[in-house]
Amino acid sequence: MPRLIVRVDTEDFDPAAELAGLERLPGGAVASFTGLVRDDGGLTALHLEHYPAMTERQIADIVAQAAARWPLLGVTVIHRYGTLPVGARIVFVGTASSHRTAALEACAFLIDWLKVSAPFWKRTLRQDGSGEWVEAAAEDDDRAAHWGGQ
Amino acid sequence: MAGLTILYFAWVRERIGQDEQQIAHPGADMTIAALLDALAIQSAGHAAAFADRARLRAALDQRFVPLDTPIGAARELALFPPVTGG
Repeated sequence: MPRLIVRVDTEDFDPAAELAGLERLPGGAVASFTGLVRDDGGLTALHLEHYPAMTERQIADIVAQAAARWPLLGVTVIHRYGTLPVGARIVFVGTASSHRTAALEACAFLIDWLKVSAPFWKRTLRQDGSGEWVEAAAEDDDRAAHWGGQ
Repeated sequence: MAGLTILYFAWVRERIGQDEQQIAHPGADMTIAALLDALAIQSAGHAAAFADRARLRAALDQRFVPLDTPIGAARELALFPPVTGG
């Protein structure tokens, strides 16, 4: 198994520090994805709720699948919850490998599967005080399914 | 028999007005869908939360399962909309 760091937290994170940790592994290839709250016309913030007991298990499962499929030396997954304003970081996925293709593909696989199998729910908070639960997107299911598995 | 803890998330939680409910275990053979039918008559909130089954997802003991799954020996059932993380 690769060196694994998983954090599910309300606190912000520093992508540079997370990348530096992956760069200290001897692989020579590091890839990452950072997801942020998008300024979606009048949006003030997103509120993220999750199912803690299941979140840890689902992330561990997804990482185990990635590790079985690509030769990974390190994986870092960070997912925030709570109220996150526009521009705030939500999620970070970083991978380290001896092969750039493995690092890049595993990173895309991990974020695609996180979106459809980690138990988080987003609610919008708008400037006028309104808000609604975000609907799941069918294309997210399609993106995850194209990797096969699960 | 031990009880069953039911957890609600997102708009399912909001419609029901509580995030958790303890019930007597309904028996291993009862499916989640049949349990939803029984719970739906408890309150208007339950009925509203469970009305659109196509938008409802479930997990038994922290594993995703289809709604026609028997509850079996599970101790925790979670009910929620399709996930929207990442």
